[in-house]
This record gives sequence, C-alpha cells and structure tokens, in this order.
Amino acid sequence: MTSLLETVQLKAFYGPTQVLYGVDLAVESGGITALLGANGAGKTTLLRALTSMVRTEGQIRFEGRALNQLATEDVVRLGIAHVPDGRGTFVHLTVEENLRLGAYARRARREVERDFERVYGYFPRLRERRRQQAGTLSGGEQQMLAIARALMLRPRLLLLDEPSFGLAPLVVRDIFHILRTINTDEQVSLLVVEQNANLALELADHAYLLETGQVVMSGTAERIRGDETVRRAYLGY
Amino acid sequence: MTSVSETANGTRAKAARVAGLSMVLWRRLGLAAALVLAVAIPFVASGYHTFQFTQVLIYAIALLGLNLLTGYNGQISLGHGAFYAIGAYTTAILIVKLGVPYWATVPVAGLICLVTGFLFGLPALRLEGLYLALATFALALSTPQILKFKKLEAWTGGVQGINIDKPDAPFGLPLDGDQWLYLFALVCLIPLFWMGRNLIRGRVGRAIVAIRDHPTAAETMGVNIAFYKSLTFGVSAAFTGVAGALGGLVTGFVAPDSFQILLSLYLLVGIVVGGLASIAGVFFGALFIEFVPIYADQLTDLFGDRAKALPWAMFGVMLIASMYLMPTGVIGLIKSLGARIARSAGRD
Amino acid sequence: MNEFLHQFFSGLASGGIYASIALALVMIYQATHLVNFAQGEMAMFATYIAWSLIGAGIPYWVAFFLTLAIAFVAAVAIERVIIRPFASAPVLASVCVFIGLLAIINSLAGFIYTYTIQPFPSPFPEHAWYGSVYMSPHEVGEMVVTLAVLALVYAFFRFTPLGLAMRAAAQNPVSSRLVGIRVGWMLALGWGLAAATGAVAGMMAAPIVYLEPNMMGGILLYGFAGALLGGIDNPWGAVLGGFMVGVLENLAGTYVVGADLKLTVALVIIVGVLVMRPSGLFGRPLVTRV
Repeated sequence: MTSLLETVQLKAFYGPTQVLYGVDLAVESGGITALLGANGAGKTTLLRALTSMVRTEGQIRFEGRALNQLATEDVVRLGIAHVPDGRGTFVHLTVEENLRLGAYARRARREVERDFERVYGYFPRLRERRRQQAGTLSGGEQQMLAIARALMLRPRLLLLDEPSFGLAPLVVRDIFHILRTINTDEQVSLLVVEQNANLALELADHAYLLETGQVVMSGTAERIRGDETVRRAYLGY
Repeated sequence: MTSVSETANGTRAKAARVAGLSMVLWRRLGLAAALVLAVAIPFVASGYHTFQFTQVLIYAIALLGLNLLTGYNGQISLGHGAFYAIGAYTTAILIVKLGVPYWATVPVAGLICLVTGFLFGLPALRLEGLYLALATFALALSTPQILKFKKLEAWTGGVQGINIDKPDAPFGLPLDGDQWLYLFALVCLIPLFWMGRNLIRGRVGRAIVAIRDHPTAAETMGVNIAFYKSLTFGVSAAFTGVAGALGGLVTGFVAPDSFQILLSLYLLVGIVVGGLASIAGVFFGALFIEFVPIYADQLTDLFGDRAKALPWAMFGVMLIASMYLMPTGVIGLIKSLGARIARSAGRD
Repeated sequence: MNEFLHQFFSGLASGGIYASIALALVMIYQATHLVNFAQGEMAMFATYIAWSLIGAGIPYWVAFFLTLAIAFVAAVAIERVIIRPFASAPVLASVCVFIGLLAIINSLAGFIYTYTIQPFPSPFPEHAWYGSVYMSPHEVGEMVVTLAVLALVYAFFRFTPLGLAMRAAAQNPVSSRLVGIRVGWMLALGWGLAAATGAVAGMMAAPIVYLEPNMMGGILLYGFAGALLGGIDNPWGAVLGGFMVGVLENLAGTYVVGADLKLTVALVIIVGVLVMRPSGLFGRPLVTRV
C-alpha cells in the first residue's frame, strides 16, 4: 500500500546550511501523523521542504507523484495545505477575504460557497468576525482562521506547524478536537508538528521523532508514548 | 618563475610574479606609464582631442566623487549633476561678476560644494537606498528650473547663462588654451585622487565601507554613522563641484540646460560601468561617458536628428547589461582577469 | 477670489493626472518595494502609440482603449523579461535597471517619433457648454476620465478574485504561494495595470503639455510627490496626495514662488515628506528590522 505522502532520504538546506540529513517519512491516507522534537530539530524545515519553500535533495512523493521540481503554488494546487508557523494570516485583509483566498485555486464557485458554511460551522467565531480585519483577531482566532483557510482548499493532506503555539490550553483543546473531527469527517490526512508532545501523541496515530535533522524514532503513537527515553525527555515523566 | 619569500613571522609564502616582477611592481609601473601618457596627450593630440581628454579628466574627478558616496558608502545619488552645476556656476559667477582669477575659483567651488553637500547629507541621513535615490532624482529634475529662476537672474544669467573667457597659459608658456586647460585639469586631478585614495585606504575609508555593508555592526562598534555619512556626502559633492568648476572653464559657458537630469544619470552610468568602489574604475567610466555619445553622434549622418537619442539608449542598455553581466564594472573584469593571470603564474 | 478658485480647480484637474501616476507608482511599490523611475516614460511612449493610432485614422476612443491594452501587455513583458531577473538584487542594481529602462524608452521614443513637439487631440469639446470659467472642458473631461479609471481600479482590487489575489501577493507573497497564487504573474499583472493607468495619465496630459519625449519628466516628479505625500504604500492615499499636489502646485505657483519654480514645489514636498514623515499622511509607519 503506497502512502499518501512519503519522503525518501530527504535533505533540506537554507542556503549553504544543511538542516535535514536524509529523512524517511510516510503519512498514511486518512491518518494523523505527529512530528515531534526539540527546538531546532528541523520539524518546521521538514514541512517547508514538503511545500518547496526551501532547497531540497532527495525524493518527495504525494499520491505517487514526485513533488521535487514543483513550485510552492503548484504543490499546493495538488491538494496539500500548509498552515505555517506564525500562521501566515493576511493581516490587512478581512476574515472573509482570507477564507476566499484559501479557495483561490479551486474552480467550482458553488462548492466554495458551501465550504464557507462548513468552515463557519467548525469555527462559529469566524462567522461573527468575518468582516473584521484579520490582524485584529486574537491568537486563538487567528489559528482557527489559518486552519479554516487551509480547509477552504479542500486538501487531502493538511500540514500544521505548531498549532498550539502561544494559545491558552482550553483554546488548544478546542482546536485539537476540531482537527480530529476534520480528520474523521472529511478524510483529511494530517501531519502535525508539535513541541507539545503530549498533545500531539493524544491526537496522532503515528509519530516521528526528529533530532538534529534526522529521524531517531518512529512508530505508532502508543509505542512512542510508552517508550522510556521519550517519556523522560519529551513527556516529562 | 616563482620566488619564495619569507613573510614577517618567518613562514614561507609564494609571491606571484609575472615575467620576474611582482604584481605590486607591475601596478606601480602601470601607474607611471599612465601618468607619462597623460602628460603627453596635449602635445601629441589635436586641439579638439585634447579638449575631449580634458573632459575625461573632469568626468573622472566627478565620478570619483560620486563613487565615494555611492560605491564606497552605499548612498545612492541620482542627483550629483546638481553639485556639478553648483561648481560650474560658482566659477562662472566668481570670474565674471566678481573678477576672481580662474584658478582661485576652483578650490572655492570645491569648498562651497563641500558645505552644500554636507548640508544636503544631513536630512539625507534619514533616507535609505530607494528613498535617497528618489530625493536626489527630484533634486536633479528641478535643478534646471532653479537655475532659470527669474529672481536670481542677475547672478545666474537666467536662461542664457554666463559666458566665461578661456584662460590663457600663465607665465607666457608656449601652450595654447586647450593644452593649458588640460594640464591645469591634470594638476587638479592628481592631488584630488591622491587625497581620495588615502581617504579610502585609511580609517575613514574603512568606516564608510563598514557603514555601507554592516551599518548596525558599525554603529555598535562606535562608528558615528551620522557624521561619516554627512561627511561623505560633503566630500563627494566637493569632488564633483571641482569637476563642475573645471568643466565650466573648459566649455567656456554655463547655462541651465547643460545640467539636466541627463548629467546625473551619465555620472551614474560612469561609476557602474567603470566599477563601483574602485578608484581606477572611474577612468574607464569617464572614457565611456565622454566618447560613447560622440561616436553615437557620428551616426547622425545615417539617422539624422534622431541620432540624438542613441547615446541615451546606449546608456540605458549599458546600465542594464552591466548589472546583468558585469555588476563589478570594467575594473571588476580586469581584476578577475588579473587574478587569473596571477594564479596561473603562482602555479609554476 | 475668482483667481483663487480658478487656480484651485485647475490644480484639481492637473491633480487628477498626478493622482493616476501616483497610483501607478504605488501599485508597483506595494508589490515589489521598488520605485519605478521609468513610469513616466512608459506613459509617454503609450501616448505616442495612441498618437500613431489616431494618426492612422482610428477613432479616438478606440485608439484610447487599444493603447491601454498595448501598454498592459508591453508592461507585463517588461516585468517578466527585464525586471524579474533583478528581483532579489541589491537596491542599487534595481535602481540602475529602472534608470536604464527610462533611458531606453525615452530614446526609443525620440528615435522613432523624433523630438519635434506634436499636438495631441483632446476628445472633449472646445467650448464649455456648462458656462463655468473655472475649468475648461478638457479639464472637466479629464477629471471625469481620471476618476472613472480610479474607480474601476478600485472596484477591480476590491471586488474581483484576481484583484484580491494581487492584493494578497503584494502584502504577503509567502502565504500567497501557500494558497496557490502564482505570485510572479501577479507582479507582472500589477505592472500591466500600472502601465495602463499611466497611459491614461499621458493621454490626458498630452493635449495640455504637448507630445514630446520629455513631456512626462515634471509630471513624474509631481506623481512621486503625490505618492509620498499620501503614503507610498497606500494607493488611495497616493491618489489623494496627487490631487493635493496638483492644487498646492498651482496655488504655490500663483501666490508664492511664481510659475517658474513650480517644479521646486514638488522637490520641497518630496524632501519634506521623506525627512519629516516618510510614511506620508496616510501610509503605514515604516518599520525596519534591525
């Protein structure tokens, strides 16, 4: 069974500096995969590599198709949505405009309008604020907006970079709950980068542990959670 | 072909030599040869050619000024033609209205431009890259209008400008006007270039280059950015002002329409083609901006009046092509060629 | 008072032209953070194209729209071929490229059309049917056209998906790519739109200042002044700035410095704004990262 997304010996570079040293990773269709690791391990870089935002070597295949030569906008149009660290909101545009941009690459106008309703269903607060300038939203609302915008693409794979960053625990809990719902209801596969390993392992089916640009452990979330060294180093007990 | 020499702390190093002479010596020989050639020109060339070469010397001085500011210090000026104009008008006004001897007007022009440049440099401190380019562009575009201003007509001569009599050789020397002016320009150029070179090689030079490349770091290390930037503006303007003064003497008149935006852009082309942040490069730039329009002019026979447009077009193409193909200018090409020769010599 | 009103309205009329140029400048600045020094020459060349079309017998308004289309396409080509390679080059390199473009376009016009000053037709009637002495029919017509163009541009950016995408690409190219926007083409389209807007300014100005290769020099300067005054990253501020500069120029020219020094007014505004309030009246304050 071929995975939805797989990388073979993926290396990534910022200019002359190498950050990823041959990462082999697979995301199964319909699954949630977590990417764990400390600061600087290369998690964000890995997501950026998947959407051609950095220079790469090695192979990336999505639904069997090679992504290496494609520009970011073309990777996205294949059905991969990326919620970057910092959220990447268009702060000077309204919430509604942000969402509309999420669907920019799609053609079916009526379906897009229906998706607005769907997305507002997940995040009712966005509907209340839809004419507001995105930059004036709270941190939690901006994160919701970022995820909502990604959903407007109708992606098959959703990449999330630190969705819990800077948010209050209750808000994070809501968001993660919605992520699980999206995964089951819409069959959107997720690849989630998280520093908060506990949260990530609760959500995910599979997990990869990254250290200084290499995968040091991988397996089901249960197995990783149960591992002694992981517990001590990343789960804090 | 190499010789091994010991460096100060005793380690052995190979000094590249070509035909038995070190690169440093080659450079000195080249300079001496150039000097001899330069002095010889007025005696071997016709009056008209001498006039042209005088203009080359003048442009070289102006380009050195602009290069100081834009090449070494990174402040983009699209308006140095204004300082050239100030220098030219200073000379004209001092000679014609105040009867000052022509040779004395040159340092005065330089001084006035030093002050003006410094004063312009003060508000320019707040402008970075693009915005400074914009402000100086505006300055250059408005210069002719300011010079035509009716209220100043008594001094500037209005649209007609001012005519200057060409000075004769002093002490009854057997030189005609063109030859003397050439030598006079050369005599002004040599100390100016010597000053410029020392400025650049010294502490000031290092400071202004540091400001261009790493302004924050420079500031943290105690370099007074405001002072050096304004100073560079002033010195740069002074050089160009001297060039303008000499230019006025050589052409024999100053008029507002001689100082259009075109002049400022010529100067920019000069330093870009010759080589930014290079002293030797300004000579190539000066040769380029003096002779290219003349050759393009000769095409007037083929194209009629429309040929007026050609030098302008050539400059445009050269600017873009330089940025694309040789961003370090002619001098950059020569240096890399020289480095290649030195490398192959060092390999033996 | 009559004189004042006359100068005021006349200023508004020329302000419309400056506003169009200011808008063109800001459109490109917003997307690329570069100032298109060649904007004036592009507008001038477009006007020459219109002139050739009209001279060939094509009715004015057909020629007008045809010129807009040609200017649009040419600008897209220029952006992709000449400007794009310097996208990440240092500022001086970009400035040199723009100046080079300015020189080439200017000399191309001089070469093809010569430097002889030509009259350019105005599509508006010679005599005012509305009885006012404050504005000539051309001035009124020109203001209407300018405002119509500005309104169309506004509507495009505000209400169309493409306009939204272009705004997004200008504000946040990285995020724009992440929603599938081809940012490179958005830049090129921005150039096209800017050129078309500039062409309108050129065609409206030419009946007054006459058609010759150097006609746009002063107007460009006023356009800069307007863009800076209003805020170089705020298109509608720039438009307002353009109108303000037009009025200021006329009033200052009449009452303060005399007609000869009008261009200096632009210089003073430019330097003044850059020194005292670089973000202009309505722009966002500039933050430079240390």
